[in-house]
Amino acid sequence: MSTEEQPLLAAVALHKAYGATPALDGASLAIRAGEVVAVMGPSGSGKSTLLHCLAGIVRPDAGAVRYRDRELSAMPDAERSALRRGEFGFVFQFGQLVPELTCLENVALPLRLAGVRRREAERRAAEWLARLEVTDVAGQRPGGVSGGQGQRVAVARALVTAPRVIFADEPTGALDSLNGEQVMRLLTGAAREAGAAVVLVTHEPRVAAYADREIVVRDGRTRETVLADR
Amino acid sequence: MSIGQTFLGLLEASPRHGYELKRVYDERFGQGRPLHYGQVYSTLARLLKSGLVSVDGVEPGAGPERKRYAITEAGVTDVRRWLAQPEKPDAYLQNTLYAKVVLGLLTGRDAADILDVQRAEHLRLMRTLTRRKADGDLADQLICDFALFHLEADLRWLELTAARLDQLATTLASTTPAPQAGPAAAQAGPAAPQGGPPAAQAGTAARRGGSTGREVSA
Repeated sequence: MSTEEQPLLAAVALHKAYGATPALDGASLAIRAGEVVAVMGPSGSGKSTLLHCLAGIVRPDAGAVRYRDRELSAMPDAERSALRRGEFGFVFQFGQLVPELTCLENVALPLRLAGVRRREAERRAAEWLARLEVTDVAGQRPGGVSGGQGQRVAVARALVTAPRVIFADEPTGALDSLNGEQVMRLLTGAAREAGAAVVLVTHEPRVAAYADREIVVRDGRTRETVLADR
Repeated sequence: MSIGQTFLGLLEASPRHGYELKRVYDERFGQGRPLHYGQVYSTLARLLKSGLVSVDGVEPGAGPERKRYAITEAGVTDVRRWLAQPEKPDAYLQNTLYAKVVLGLLTGRDAADILDVQRAEHLRLMRTLTRRKADGDLADQLICDFALFHLEADLRWLELTAARLDQLATTLASTTPAPQAGPAAAQAGPAAPQGGPPAAQAGTAARRGGSTGREVSA
């Protein structure tokens, strides 16, 4: 396998249980750079646990997560946190924006945490708000904007650090069809332009249709159906 | 989709020549499958015969057909009735998939595979439509959305069915008629089939009956 074919991020035979309840039972997948992959499956199938393991938020009980040449599952916590801040971006179902900060400050926050000076961080944040078509909410706090606008701000925040991988967990779960569609169009469009891979956890087929391919998780195991004439 | 009623709707908007009707129809509703001229003129002949359109004028020209068609009052009534009437939802795909799942279970195959392959095919089409939407105008987007929502409904059914496969297998087994249901079965006796695939017990039991699918779907 050449370097180009090496996956950017890979999970190999992941096992994870919460108490006596198994969440992952041998889940494996590989994601290439710049690829948008939908992880689908019914509620409780283990898809969110899989995302959390891939992102280094949860440590698997067994199996390995590899990001480029490094084994995430074996890294010390501080190193994993640094990797998450520098290389990964996150979008959750409910934006999880900091309520005390303005939308602009929310988007600038990851840059500020990485040591970027305020003026520069806010300049770049403003660019991303424009790219996500929500310039008009820059000065508002998250409590005062609509769900769709809040999610676009969250997408801008995920992209502002130019991450290599964006993890999106049900990013449109709290939105109506039209807003959900706009968020998906902007999220995948911006990620593709930036060359970032996207791991998109969703149970909605119309959302999954924005991905390049889908992986189905059922009972903690991954299944990928590759059709013959692809 | 009814070509005749679509023509009537277009003619209600304004009188047109046959070739013009074809061009507008193909552009708006053709979806890559243009009408044949034969279809256009046979449809117009039918509408003319039933008094729904009339010839509004004939122009001299090189082509074989230079008639301009206009809608009649009866035609307008027909369009109004057609637009007010809901279309029958198409349930044939589900019927086919349902039959495949039941037959999969009855023959001891992995019915989840049937559903997985169908899901992958549905999602492949949904990806194509989503890309087409991104490149298209508002009309394209609305037409693609219609298809996407319908495909999504199919997928919900696939998911629900996948979650109920065990239940379905049990139901198939429990609703299987006893062997004496038919004269041939009575003669054959209650022996289990031999040499078949390693079917799940439910599937094997269900395979012994002939009318399982009918009973479950009733």
